[in-house]
Amino acid sequence: MNKEAQLTHGMKMDELDRPASKTDKEQEETCLEVNNLNLFYSEKQALSDINMVMARNRVTAFIGPSGCGKSTLLRCFNRMNDLVDGVRIEGGISLDGENIFDKTINVAELRRRVGMVFQKPNPFPKTIYENVAYGMRLQGVKDKRQLDESIKKALQGAALWDEVKDRLHESALGLSGGQQQRLVIARAIAVEPEVLLLDEPASALDPISTLKIEELIYELKDRYTIVIVTHNMQQAARVSDYTAFMYMGELIEYDDTNTLFTNPSRKKTEDYITGRYG
Amino acid sequence: MDKSKLGTHISQQFNEELEDIRTRVMNMGGLVEQQLSDAIKAMTTLDATLAEVVVSNDFKVNALEVAIDEECTQILARRQPAASDLRLVIAVIKTITDLERIGDEAERIGRMALHFAEAGGNTKMLAGISHLGELALKMLHASLDTFARMDADAAVEVVHKDIKIDQEYESVLRSLMTYMMEDNRAIPVVVNIMWSARALERIGDRSKNICEYVIYLVKGKDVRHTSMDKVADDARSFKGNEEK
Repeated sequence: MNKEAQLTHGMKMDELDRPASKTDKEQEETCLEVNNLNLFYSEKQALSDINMVMARNRVTAFIGPSGCGKSTLLRCFNRMNDLVDGVRIEGGISLDGENIFDKTINVAELRRRVGMVFQKPNPFPKTIYENVAYGMRLQGVKDKRQLDESIKKALQGAALWDEVKDRLHESALGLSGGQQQRLVIARAIAVEPEVLLLDEPASALDPISTLKIEELIYELKDRYTIVIVTHNMQQAARVSDYTAFMYMGELIEYDDTNTLFTNPSRKKTEDYITGRYG
Repeated sequence: MDKSKLGTHISQQFNEELEDIRTRVMNMGGLVEQQLSDAIKAMTTLDATLAEVVVSNDFKVNALEVAIDEECTQILARRQPAASDLRLVIAVIKTITDLERIGDEAERIGRMALHFAEAGGNTKMLAGISHLGELALKMLHASLDTFARMDADAAVEVVHKDIKIDQEYESVLRSLMTYMMEDNRAIPVVVNIMWSARALERIGDRSKNICEYVIYLVKGKDVRHTSMDKVADDARSFKGNEEK
C-alpha cells in the first residue's frame, strides 16, 4: 500500500514516518571498540576473540551465565584487570579511537574517564559529602564553592540530592543499600567520566531501589555511555539499547535489545533467554 | 521454533503451561471447526434443529477464548517469556481472537440457516454456498493444522488459498444476483444467503490471519499487510534461528 492510500485512512504523516522502535546500529557514534580481544588468566583463556563496538550515549548490556566472561570484559574497559596477577591480554580496546593499552595512557586518567560501579555498594566510611568530593579532591580541586556545586550536581544526577541534602555531613554508611548505590554512582559521575561501567549494580537491592537505579540509568545515558553487566535478563531488556550475549568467553550474539529478546538469531541465545537447557 | 522445543525449559511447570495453552487452542479450533461444519450442513440441508444447536453452542467458543486469554495473561505476568516463547503467547492471543470471530460467523450462518429453513427456501440457490463453505472449512482446517505443526512453509501455502475463496465468493454473488433479478420476491431470502456467503469469505480471511501468526511464531517475521509474494519470500529467506 502506498503512503497516500494509508493517509486517507486518517493516519498522521509523522506516525507513518516514525521508525520502528529499533535503534539503528549504522547511525551510532562509536565510543568503545573492542578488536580481537583475547584474555588469559595464566593458562586459562577467559575471553576469546571478542570484537564489538559500543555506541556513544547508549546503554549496552552484557548477559550470560556465570563465568562466561562478561565481568572480565567489563573490567578490561578501565584496565581493572591490570590489578590481577597473571592476566595476559591480546588485541585492543579503543576509547574514542585511542588504544587504552597503549604505553602512553595514564591509567589513573583512564579510570577517571571510565567510571565503575560494583555489585555491592561500597561507600567510603566518610560523610556523604566527602564520598562524592573524594575524586575531585584527588584531582586537586580545593575551592569550596566549586566542590559544593559539583557535589550538588553529581547528587542530583544520581537522583539522590532530595533525599540527602539535609544530611550531607552525616556518615554515608547510614544510608540504605539503594541510597548507597546511588551515592556510589554520584561519586563516579562527580569526576565527569565519559563511560560508566556498572557491574550488577542492582542485584543486591530491593525491587523499588532497583527500579530507581534503572530509571537513573535511563537518565544518565544522555550524558554517558553506559555498559552494564546483569544476571537479570528482564533488567537488560528494560534498560539497554543493545545487548550482548556471552557464553564461555565468546561473544555469541550482539544486537539491538528489541531484536535479541524477540527474535534472536543464534540458538544458544534463544536457549539462554528462554530458560532452556543449553 | 519447532514444536519439539516447547518442552525443553528448565522449568517443567513453564513447559506445561505453554503446552497447555497450545492444546487448548487446538481444542478451541476443533470446536470452531465443528460449529462451522454444522452451520454449513444446517444451511445446505435446511436442518433447523442443527442450526439451533450451532446458535446455542457459540457460548462455548466465547468461554474458551476468555479462558485461554486469561491463561496467556498469567504467563506474561509470571514468566515474562522471551523470544520464541513470547511469540508463541502473542500468536496464541491473536489466534484465539480470530477463532472466536470465526465462531461468530458460524453462528451467523446458523441463524441464516434457521430463517432459510423456516421460510422453506429453494435449495437450488444454495449450490454455490455449499462449495464456498467447503473451501472455507478446508482452509480453516489447514490453518489449524499449520498451527498444530508450527509449519511456516505450509502456512504460506494456505495463505495463498484465500484468493480462491475470494474468487468463489465473487462468483456466488454473481449467481445470487441473477436470482434477485429474476424474481423480486426472492430478494429477502437471497440477501440472507448473501450474508452467509459473506461470512464464509470472512472466515477465509481469518484463517489467513491465523497462518500469518504461525509464520510470525516460527520465523519471527510479521508478514501482515504484505503481498502474497512478499509473504512467501519472507517465510523462505527469513530463517529465524532454526539453522544455527
